[in-house]
Amino acid sequence: MTALIALEGLTKAYPGVVANDDVSLSIAPGEVHALLGENGAGKSTLVKMIYGLVKPDAGHMQMNGTAFAPAEPRAARAAGVGMVFQHFSLFDALSVAENIALGMEHPPAMRTLSQQIRDVSDTYGLPLSPDRTVGDLSAGERQRVEIIRCLLQEPKLLIMDEPTSVLTPQEVEILFKTLRKLSAEGTAILYISHKLEEIRSLCDSATILRLGRVVGHCTPSETSARDMAEMMVGTTLKTPMRAGKTPGDVVLELTELSAKSPSAFGMPLREISVQVRRGEVLGIGGVAGNGQDELLAALSGETLSKRGMVGFKGNDVGLLGPTARRALGILSAPEERLGHAAVPDMSLTENAMLTGAAREGLDRGGILDWAGARRFAETIIKTFDVRTPGPANAARSLSGGNLQKFVIGREVLQRPELLVVNQPTWGVDASAAAAIRQALLDLAENGTAVVVISQDLDELMEISDRFAALNEGRLSEPSPAQGLTVDEIGLMMGGAHGMEVAHV
Amino acid sequence: MDLSVINPVLFVAGFLVAATPLIFAAIGELIAEKSGVLNLGVEGMMITGAICGFAVAVETGSPLIGFAAAAGGGAALSLLFAFLTQVTLANQVASGLALTLFGLGLSALLGQNYVGIKPPRLGDIDFGPLADIPVLGPVLFTHDIILYLGIALVAATWAVLKFTRAGLVLRAVGESHDAAHALGFKVKRIRTLAIMFGGACAGVGGAYISLIRVPQWTEGMTAGVGWIALALVVFASWKPWRLLLGAYLFGGITQLQLNLQGAGVAIPVEYLAMSPYLITILVLVILSRDKSAAPASLGRIFHASS
Amino acid sequence: MFFGGLLFVALGKDPVAAIRTIFYEPLFGQYAFYYRPQLLVKGAPLVLIAIGLSLGFKAGIWNIGAEGQYIMGALFGAGVGLAFYPYEAWFVFPLMVAAGAFGGWIWAMIPAFLKVRFGTNEILVSLMLVYVAEQFLASMSLGLMKNPEGFGFPGSRNLQQYESAFNADLIEGSGMHWGVVAALIAVIFAYVLLSKHRLGFAIRVTGEAPRAARFSGVNPVRLVLFCMGMSGLLAGLAGMFEVSGPAGQVTIDFNVGYGFTAIIVAFLGRLHPVGILLAGGLMALTYIGGDIAQSQLGLPAAAIQVFQGMLLFFLLALDMLTHYRLRFGTAEVV
Repeated sequence: MTALIALEGLTKAYPGVVANDDVSLSIAPGEVHALLGENGAGKSTLVKMIYGLVKPDAGHMQMNGTAFAPAEPRAARAAGVGMVFQHFSLFDALSVAENIALGMEHPPAMRTLSQQIRDVSDTYGLPLSPDRTVGDLSAGERQRVEIIRCLLQEPKLLIMDEPTSVLTPQEVEILFKTLRKLSAEGTAILYISHKLEEIRSLCDSATILRLGRVVGHCTPSETSARDMAEMMVGTTLKTPMRAGKTPGDVVLELTELSAKSPSAFGMPLREISVQVRRGEVLGIGGVAGNGQDELLAALSGETLSKRGMVGFKGNDVGLLGPTARRALGILSAPEERLGHAAVPDMSLTENAMLTGAAREGLDRGGILDWAGARRFAETIIKTFDVRTPGPANAARSLSGGNLQKFVIGREVLQRPELLVVNQPTWGVDASAAAAIRQALLDLAENGTAVVVISQDLDELMEISDRFAALNEGRLSEPSPAQGLTVDEIGLMMGGAHGMEVAHV
Repeated sequence: MDLSVINPVLFVAGFLVAATPLIFAAIGELIAEKSGVLNLGVEGMMITGAICGFAVAVETGSPLIGFAAAAGGGAALSLLFAFLTQVTLANQVASGLALTLFGLGLSALLGQNYVGIKPPRLGDIDFGPLADIPVLGPVLFTHDIILYLGIALVAATWAVLKFTRAGLVLRAVGESHDAAHALGFKVKRIRTLAIMFGGACAGVGGAYISLIRVPQWTEGMTAGVGWIALALVVFASWKPWRLLLGAYLFGGITQLQLNLQGAGVAIPVEYLAMSPYLITILVLVILSRDKSAAPASLGRIFHASS
Repeated sequence: MFFGGLLFVALGKDPVAAIRTIFYEPLFGQYAFYYRPQLLVKGAPLVLIAIGLSLGFKAGIWNIGAEGQYIMGALFGAGVGLAFYPYEAWFVFPLMVAAGAFGGWIWAMIPAFLKVRFGTNEILVSLMLVYVAEQFLASMSLGLMKNPEGFGFPGSRNLQQYESAFNADLIEGSGMHWGVVAALIAVIFAYVLLSKHRLGFAIRVTGEAPRAARFSGVNPVRLVLFCMGMSGLLAGLAGMFEVSGPAGQVTIDFNVGYGFTAIIVAFLGRLHPVGILLAGGLMALTYIGGDIAQSQLGLPAAAIQVFQGMLLFFLLALDMLTHYRLRFGTAEVV
């Protein structure tokens, strides 16, 4: 079998980091090839080189036996490479058809294009209306825009970067059907993921990256998920420990909580009612953009709610701001680390002050105790094994995992009565993720009520006592996490969004 | 007070003239903002265009060459802004303010030998018998070519933004520079071009004040028109035709207060002179509820990280 | 400085002499005894206004209408003074100070209120209000506040000749009037606020990351009101000290652009109180030196304005270049 694309000794270094070191791999036509590795292993850099966004420092690529060195994405697209991005490269305020036209070299007239979009979406079971504004689409639908944009170029190689992280299980199934169909037609697919079970069910072969190097190849269907994980991480993984426990009194009580979203394309919260008890971990799943950010904001106090909607230990706290809620023991850690949970260009000391001022006694009648903040930052760094030269370093200089440990540690160390976290391990390497999950479990063990909002279902199943899902701003009835099947979870998440046509 | 002094025909013809500098400056800024750049230096680019156009027109004796020089001057000044914001990634608000302060100083310096001179006149287009139509003739067909060019520019901008790929790419860059970059568009190059277009337009708008509307050179003569143009872009929700409408509205108010001053209305002159600014504020208040039409990346610094 | 030299060459002047005249003469030249006090007189309003502006700029709140607030401060202050004329009493001047501060504050609260209530752009509104204030000033100096004994000339009574209202030098001939004292107090106040106080921290966090500020419990509405109000108040004070001291009377063109130059001063001082103090001095130097250069070398006044603008450009470019390199060096790669 001749290779469609072959990479030979690709190397790319950034100041201080070698992102890719002598990476080689080849993909045959029609092959579904998995690229597997942790965050920071160099997967994104590698595909960006294939797509012409990054130029390699050394090594070369071949496509169909001839040299291939795209200087820009346009050249890569012309050569038959299509890419579906992890963070969608879409324009919210433009229509589906306009978005697709932007990704094409010589787009036909809008009317012809709309017809082509309908044709492709019918053929591959990806229903999509060309006239809708992208900002109004669900995550799954947005992904379809990207996929159709690629398919219209009739690519020989389709690169998919973490495509399932925003999909419900049902949507994943539909996507896989599309991909299998494409593969059968001879399109090669380079599939990037760290979800091992998916790779085992979809991919023909896999290349595993660690710290920029290829550390192994395997045939996923014949390799156990655990073996692949250990190749990926390089060490044996610890599973978080949890002890059986009985939940205590109700700490948080939401009663028909409704709130508008502060952002233009956000999701309003709709009549959310739920209780969380002392020592309990409530896991909240759901596809991104279904009200996760808004729920966290309503609990942290960033958005205020009407009387009687948010109860904390029997008191109405819906009208209190973040500072007042912190004083009561309601702490939180938002999803976006840089710019929301932490100020990128400020030191860790200053970032410790950011939420620690009230509970750590660092604010004395308005005058701030910087020496105390520095000690607090040092404690966080020490307790949570944050890798940094010291608290004077800027938050931006930390890697994602280290900064996340700092952010979670900052809240955990303030002895919360209620802790709300959103995507606590997003973009974090496996060992840091394990440490963070353990910290959350320990906290619950000591009587804190913990709400974990996450899109990682495996994570939620691992640490939650009860599970509920956000869908269109509504929260499903929580159920005990143990014994939930994937199908049940998928239905709680709203099944397949916008797929009504596909059921026919 | 004698309102009958105000001749409605001359009044309408007058406000078309008063609106033209605004149209140019605002349409240029609209393009820049559509690409995601907030250039607060409009006032500086206008006044620079005003003096460049004035000086060159006086030296060459040709107002049209003057207008070309004004466009060049405005664009050259805007390149400074482009350099600061696109290359050194400086804050757009601060850079725009700096550009205005610099432009005001530069124009005063360039213009010191031109105070009190009369510029060559740009003749009106000869529409032949059309200009003799009662009422409509003097209102519509007794103007110079630049005024018509301004209206044509609005139409062209609308068509380019709506129907062409260049317009689509421009909107895309302003909407999400990261996504545009991921698709392989040259964000900085596109934005620099948009900034220069804005500078050229502002320059022409400034020259229209110094060469036709006033016509004379005095320091600081744009007197906030550049800022009103900025407000006008917000007023128009980034839509060219609404911008034209807004410019005529402001032009009308300016002209009206001038005519009222002339008519000796019992309101002190200063309060009449305030009115365009107060009405700008009022309009901003009324319209600022709806910001959804603003380009999403407006004013954000694009840092190409790969 | 180099490009400044080029500018002077382009104008046909000896660059060395020009730069020497601007930067050296006022401090150490033959007539320095006269110019040095002037430095305080020019520098004080610049520093006072720039300190106020810097608080807002740091938080991403752009009050660029300080010129208008300066005018309103002067009008309110002078208005109170003139209302008491010719009654002499110790409390007249403090009342004028309060009125001046209030005038600037209320003028800044208009854009602030519109911003928090309707989301209007404070840049445009505060700027429009400058033109409104200028017209208001014209109307006052030609009308209500016109000196009844002024033989019909525009302009108010001269406050320098009204002892209770005169903001005189504290030490004769030093240039050290109450405005200088206020400027120094403002610098210290801003320094302490920004480094030690919760509110200063809130300002800095808001400027760096507004979402993080909201998350940490900063109330953005209150912050806008505080920053705008503070900058208006200080600008109003500056205007009041100016009209009751060095300027002496309300005239149609009494304002000379301090409100705009203060924007340069704020950035030149990197929005840091001590930096602003130095930048204010430097800017005052270019004003006075520019005046000398104008009379001695025939350097046009506008050249100084251009020179100031260039200073700002270079600072902006330089500042960001160093920032950029720093960040690039430590960039984290995924």
